[in-house]
Amino acid sequence: MKRLGLLGWLLVAVLSMGAAADPSERLADPVLEARAKALFPEIRCMVCQNESIDDSQADLAADLRKIVREEVAAGRSDTEVRTYLVQRYGEYVMLKPAFSLTNAALWVTPFAIVFLGLFAFFGLKRSSSAQDQETSLTAAEQALLTKLQASEAE
Amino acid sequence: MARRCRLGIGNRGDQGMIVEIGAFCLILSLILSAAQVGLSVIGRIRRSAVFYGAGEGAAGAAFLMVMIAFAALMYAFVTSDFSVANVAANSHSAKPMLYKIAGVWGSHEGSMLLWCLALTGFGAIVALMARGLPGAMKSVVVASQGSLGVLFLAYTVFASNPFVRLLQPPVEGRSLNPLLQDPALAFHPPFLYGGYVGFSIVFSFAIAALVEGRVDAAWARWVRPWSLAAWSLLTVGITLGAFWAYYELGWGGWWFWDPVENASFMPWLIGTALLHSAVVTEKRGALPGWTVFLALGAFTFSMLGAFLVRSGVLTSVHAFAVDPKRGILLLTILGIAAGTGFGLFAWRAPKLAPGGLFAPISREGALVINNLVLSAATVTVLLGTLYPLIKEALTGQSLSVGTPYFNLTFAPLMGLAFLVLPVGPLLSWKRGDGLGALQRLWAAAGVAVAIALTVLWVQKPTHVAAAVGMGLGVWLIVGVFVEIAERIHLGRASPAEVRRRLGGLPRGAWGMSLAHAGLGVFALGACFETAWKIEAAQALSLNQSITVGAYQVQLSDVVAANGANYIAERGLVTVTKNGKPVCDAKPERRFYPANNQTTSEVALCLEGLDDVYLVMGERRAGTEGQPAWLVRAYWNPLARLIFLGPLLMALGGAVSLSDRRLRFAAPRRAAEAVAVPVPAE
Repeated sequence: MKRLGLLGWLLVAVLSMGAAADPSERLADPVLEARAKALFPEIRCMVCQNESIDDSQADLAADLRKIVREEVAAGRSDTEVRTYLVQRYGEYVMLKPAFSLTNAALWVTPFAIVFLGLFAFFGLKRSSSAQDQETSLTAAEQALLTKLQASEAE
Repeated sequence: MARRCRLGIGNRGDQGMIVEIGAFCLILSLILSAAQVGLSVIGRIRRSAVFYGAGEGAAGAAFLMVMIAFAALMYAFVTSDFSVANVAANSHSAKPMLYKIAGVWGSHEGSMLLWCLALTGFGAIVALMARGLPGAMKSVVVASQGSLGVLFLAYTVFASNPFVRLLQPPVEGRSLNPLLQDPALAFHPPFLYGGYVGFSIVFSFAIAALVEGRVDAAWARWVRPWSLAAWSLLTVGITLGAFWAYYELGWGGWWFWDPVENASFMPWLIGTALLHSAVVTEKRGALPGWTVFLALGAFTFSMLGAFLVRSGVLTSVHAFAVDPKRGILLLTILGIAAGTGFGLFAWRAPKLAPGGLFAPISREGALVINNLVLSAATVTVLLGTLYPLIKEALTGQSLSVGTPYFNLTFAPLMGLAFLVLPVGPLLSWKRGDGLGALQRLWAAAGVAVAIALTVLWVQKPTHVAAAVGMGLGVWLIVGVFVEIAERIHLGRASPAEVRRRLGGLPRGAWGMSLAHAGLGVFALGACFETAWKIEAAQALSLNQSITVGAYQVQLSDVVAANGANYIAERGLVTVTKNGKPVCDAKPERRFYPANNQTTSEVALCLEGLDDVYLVMGERRAGTEGQPAWLVRAYWNPLARLIFLGPLLMALGGAVSLSDRRLRFAAPRRAAEAVAVPVPAE
């Protein structure tokens, strides 16, 4: 499935043009429709190359949209709809990976890099810059500095 | 390759000859690149100017040969010579001329030839034009570039040769994918490859720095124009690609966090980090190892991109020319090149002289934070792209990593970078006055918060993240003005002095301001458009209309509109706002018989910075037996800024590039300048 190849993606790309806006699929209740619509971008059209069911016009995407709308109309919460889809189709169906232990590396790494980096930078720099401050100028450097400052002032 | 057979076919023998010359020149360029490596290496060992010159000459000749090969392939496309397998597979005699030419790089083989053209081209420019470089270092750059040339040319000649002939040429070609027959996409690959491959020179400079054990201000100055040029080209390339997705795919999206997009985005992020860390190395001699690391990293990510896009290991909405077998070869090339580079780095980098000290609150400190965030962002994109593969390999479970993931990780990281960005240029080198910088930015902060709150208050439904993003965009833009005002002493000096200072600002400073403002402009557009675009769709019979936002969209007529290689239904759509005409749009639904494909040709009504975006859908049965067409209309507010912002950034890069200090003669002065002990500022 992954290697549908060139023609595969062409077909998919051509068939998929803002399908979610198709008026014939919509729910009558605007509140429920809005909730369903908010869920679409999170759900993958599994036969497409890399599209959400919000974008895709493939039959499967239409089926999935129908399921989501039915679930929402039946009074299920967003979480319940997601759980239902994952139970039925596996984790692959969600474009947003679950916050689980096995996905910890995925979710934690970006922030860990920044926090560790900042900690290392400010932590290490503080000690080194303290030393930096303690070193005073030699007499020759001081003389050069005074000369430069004098020339700057002119 | 069935060359002989081809020669027998009628009066097109001379044409076949040109293709054969192309094939020959391609092989010759491979040999010349090998000679370039050999001669430069011998030159470096013997420190012989004669061999240096010979190596440089070979680099020039290799480029010339690839250029001839490229021209030959273009000739085959232009004349629709279907005896060439690549032309038969990707062209068509009825195709418009622009797309015959663009077809040259529309396939795997042709795009690799374009890659080689850029690779040898950059090598030739360095070899023949960069005269300020010391001979030894230059010879290593030329040798390294030649080695990359050997790798990629060998791949092109043996595994991806665009000149392979067909024993029995078809009467007609299979034509280029209609989605690619688009002006934005015709020019997208040359820019993109200019950027990808431009980083190869930076890579070679990093190799040279490691071999020579020299990473100093002069080196950073030598690298700067190349990284700027590559970065600017890549920025334009990515923007064109995003714009193409925006109006050609037909649902108004411009970025999907798709593996192929990510593949082009990672070198861009690393290239951006490199531009900033190179400034620290250039001005202060600090972070030499890190800058070299990034210089190696940018082209490594370019090669990774080439592999990801072509190998088909990842599912993508626009992976093209996928071929797993060749993917392995590309991965091998990546392994050899990056392995050599980073191996050398591990061996030699510890011997590099450590750079100058600086306090955390300083210009250097701000640039370190920039690099930290950009590196984390790159890792995020890499992880998001490869995690499904990794997880499937380890656990057998498949999962998806899509837009929601990047919105929750990449976006906050960028938010942090945006927050720090305007402060950086206001801090002095070595030890800055953080509080003072913030005080000077109070106006920018005030405007940013005010805009964010106004947006929240006016726009229903409320999207907090988008409002914050817009606030940050404004913060960047106003911050740029504050920074310029500070530089020219606005309000502190006499008007004459201010004018003098304004005139004296180096182009590099203008470039930076443009790029930073461009980023802010992009953030404004991207956040607003994503959060508050409105869409409407309905099956319309003639003279029926739908409303999208403040606009009425009426389908006035549908006519047949046939092009050279397609037939189309063209909708004549009248867009009005409060009864006043806004524009007449002509969205089309095209059918390309050569490909048996249907595409939609979106019509854009440019309304200030907003777009009214119209798509013609399929015909349906309407009411009362009238035919109807599914018309989709989107109001994309501030959509223009999404593409203007990055173009401003690229313009900033170009302006910086035109700075006198970066001209080719300049490095000699810089080299001398380092030799003299310079007192700290």
